[in-house]
Amino acid sequence: MFQIALLVIGVIVVLAVLISLADNLIQIEAKKSGIDTETNNMSVWPNVSEMMKPKAPSSIAGSNFHKLKKGHDIKIAGSPTGEVVHEGQISRFAVRPGNFRGIAPIPKMVVEIGSEVKAGDPLFFDKPNPDILYVAPVSGEVIEINRGQKRAISEVVILADKEQKYKQFDVPSLADSSREDLIGFLKSTGTLGSIIQRPFGTIADPEVTPRDIFISGFNTAPLAADTSLLLSGRGSDLNKGIDVLNKLTSGQVYISFNPTQAEFGSNVHNAEVHYFDGPHPAGNVGIQIHHIKPIKGADVVWTMPIDEVLTLGALFNTGQLKQTKIVSIGGKVANPTYVKTFKGANVGELVAGQLEGDKNRIIAGDILTGEKVTESQYLNAGDDQISVISEGDYYEPFGWLLPIKPRPSVSGTFPNFLFPDHEFEVDTNTHGEKRAFVVTGQYEKMLPMDIYPQHLMKAILTGNIERMEGLGINELLEEDIAVAEFACTSKQPLQAILRDGLDYLKEQV
Amino acid sequence: MGLLNFIKKIEPDKKKSPFLHTLYDGFFTFAYSPNSVTSGGVHVRDGMDLKRTMIHVVLAMQLCYLFGTYNIGHQHFIAMGEYPGFLEGFHLKLFHGLIKLLPIFVVSNLVGLGIEFYFAAKKGHAIEEGFLVSGALIPLIMPPDIPMWILALSIVFAVIIGKEAFGGTGMNIWNIALLSRVFVFFAYPTTISGDEVWVSGFEGISAGMSPDYGWAHNLFNHLFEWMDIATFTASSSVVDGYSGATPLALASKGGWSAVTDVYTTTQMWWGTIPGSIGETSKPLIIIGAIILIATGIASWRIMLSMLLGAIAMGWILNGWGATEFMQVPWIYQFYMGSFFFAMAFMATDPVTAASTNIGKWIYGFLIGFIGMIVRVLNPAYPEGWMLAILFLNTFAPLIDHYVLEANMKKRLQSA
Repeated sequence: MFQIALLVIGVIVVLAVLISLADNLIQIEAKKSGIDTETNNMSVWPNVSEMMKPKAPSSIAGSNFHKLKKGHDIKIAGSPTGEVVHEGQISRFAVRPGNFRGIAPIPKMVVEIGSEVKAGDPLFFDKPNPDILYVAPVSGEVIEINRGQKRAISEVVILADKEQKYKQFDVPSLADSSREDLIGFLKSTGTLGSIIQRPFGTIADPEVTPRDIFISGFNTAPLAADTSLLLSGRGSDLNKGIDVLNKLTSGQVYISFNPTQAEFGSNVHNAEVHYFDGPHPAGNVGIQIHHIKPIKGADVVWTMPIDEVLTLGALFNTGQLKQTKIVSIGGKVANPTYVKTFKGANVGELVAGQLEGDKNRIIAGDILTGEKVTESQYLNAGDDQISVISEGDYYEPFGWLLPIKPRPSVSGTFPNFLFPDHEFEVDTNTHGEKRAFVVTGQYEKMLPMDIYPQHLMKAILTGNIERMEGLGINELLEEDIAVAEFACTSKQPLQAILRDGLDYLKEQV
Repeated sequence: MGLLNFIKKIEPDKKKSPFLHTLYDGFFTFAYSPNSVTSGGVHVRDGMDLKRTMIHVVLAMQLCYLFGTYNIGHQHFIAMGEYPGFLEGFHLKLFHGLIKLLPIFVVSNLVGLGIEFYFAAKKGHAIEEGFLVSGALIPLIMPPDIPMWILALSIVFAVIIGKEAFGGTGMNIWNIALLSRVFVFFAYPTTISGDEVWVSGFEGISAGMSPDYGWAHNLFNHLFEWMDIATFTASSSVVDGYSGATPLALASKGGWSAVTDVYTTTQMWWGTIPGSIGETSKPLIIIGAIILIATGIASWRIMLSMLLGAIAMGWILNGWGATEFMQVPWIYQFYMGSFFFAMAFMATDPVTAASTNIGKWIYGFLIGFIGMIVRVLNPAYPEGWMLAILFLNTFAPLIDHYVLEANMKKRLQSA
């Protein structure tokens, strides 16, 4: 019996060697004839990854399609529905210097309290780069310049005019102007400040020519606004924005949509369109970069939020800087809704009449990456949502063993998988205490990238630079590992650890 | 809320009595999930925490506890030729089992948690839940007659040298439960190897020996007399020809036929055989394994690859066939010994196992492969999983290192 089995194995091995030899010979022959073996399968073996490739939905057949399985959608109650967009009657807006990573905490002010500004007029600049201006999102009167810790300027508040007045820019012609001219124009209009540079997630450095520029056309974060509202009817602005970006990079502009947004994808010119389908964080641009063309070695890429691309396109189309935002207000609110307003709107005015009961936490941004704010604060430059959830400062008897209230979890120990569509009423309770890293393989399931987050975290905690870079810290920003932080059994602050690592690395490089 | 307020009121001062405070904190967070809220980073946290993770492992082994307790009594009476049916003499078997198991459980948890609490208080951090699982696993892998002081010593060794010296839960290199067992194995080999130790309640297992019943048995005898049911009788004796040898001991001497002379495959599969307390019943362990896999707590990769590794080696040994033990068909290797228990509960410990997915495949496969070598080829060790797992625990970081190096190389190469 054993001898027969041995014989069979022997025969199989000999055959495999023969076939493999033939395979190699074909490859060599193919190279001689100048056939690209990377893209054309010249092998005797069928290409397994080609066979396993997910089928794209018919609406986007033939396009670049990526199906992501890892990650998790946290379903929470109170997502805004429908297409109703209320024009917000917001009176106060602010620009927060702290939103622009990489500039000094005390920028040089151009305006003072009482100054009248138009939308697009400069408010302040960073002393080392005086030509990069940071501009007003709305027209009106500067009413407050608030300072925070160590006299850092925390926000410049503008009381908006009823009728918005826009500064008319002299737009350079795209065909005739050089990259330097365009960069100069972006600096003066404040739009350079909304381009993010990776690695490190700083504002774009005008001295650097990025390898590529990436745009994510959709957002998968919990309670996030549907970008289709923003995109519909703005095709010419989007294409103009992409045209501008194409002038800034030596490489390619990439834009990603989810498969339901084929109508927008098919109208994009001048950029490579990719479709991504999968749970959060599939909509994060960092994840998309990893699957389209990962950041390796000393690569620098730029990313731009989709609404900023539209603003940029509109600026080139009309000469006016209209920094509109569609803010989704969701979670524990009376009426989850979309509000159309401008960048940096006042939180209290946005949620007016929406809050119920006390013990609410208002979050500027989504529940994974957002910032806890009070009603007197303002949205950050990148925020397009407000999430309201309950504070969870209660004791729960045997809560770890027999939880009374349903709660979101990725763990199979909760019966959540029986109710895949249940929308949870979440709160901020940590559901346990912080512990050492014990469980393994958990973060990997929440991050659709070829990265070992737990080992990366350990490399950061031990300050091992070579390992940090090797394990892919340059491909990550906080938002990308936020789902892993949510799922973490040991309640580790992954985003904070990652930011420490990025700051440390930036200092050393 | 009244109870909660009362408990909050009796909280000891952290500075004045750190040990009491640690103890209080440990029990308080056991009874009530704390009211801490998220700050910075994510605003909502998953409902899962380490306590819940650990308790599910403990829950998954409860069937092993039930069966193990009863089987201690069952084997005891089999040795004397009394109540041969599994359910005959039910109350006697159950209470004999409890009399043996409860002290082991109490001692292992008192000693282990005591040390854990002490170090937590000393370092000023909260009590970590690691020993919850270790303390539940240790009784299941000990022989029923283990002397309490040896048990206590082994746990002191395992927890202090194996865990606290490395920094506590999450930092240890070797599996704590196995470390305590390996300590007994090398320091007091006569209590954990040979044919005599797997059946409880006798000083020696030879024909004519009578059971040692202590005060606990006598106490229950009063109860049983009053209830007018069968009692423990100290005058019974071990029947002629009974050896207490485990299937593995028999197989290493005389191959599969020597095993089937004494035990049927059904007996071995269901676990009504002598052995360590909780590891004899294969179906109940497999139920535990299924619970662990279904809830995603233990890695199915490790379990599956360990099974494959053991099958591969079993198959190779069959082909070699130099000794009678090697000729035991590979499938029957799984009827003997503690393969499934090691697979479900020991190899899958996330702290000591490899932590990358590829690493887990390699780690599990090698445990299965090497464990079978130790079992069959080494006459000094009757069973291989304990040593194989500790061996691979040692190498798990190395396996991960190479997996990570490969990942890093891929990234840095094309730079």
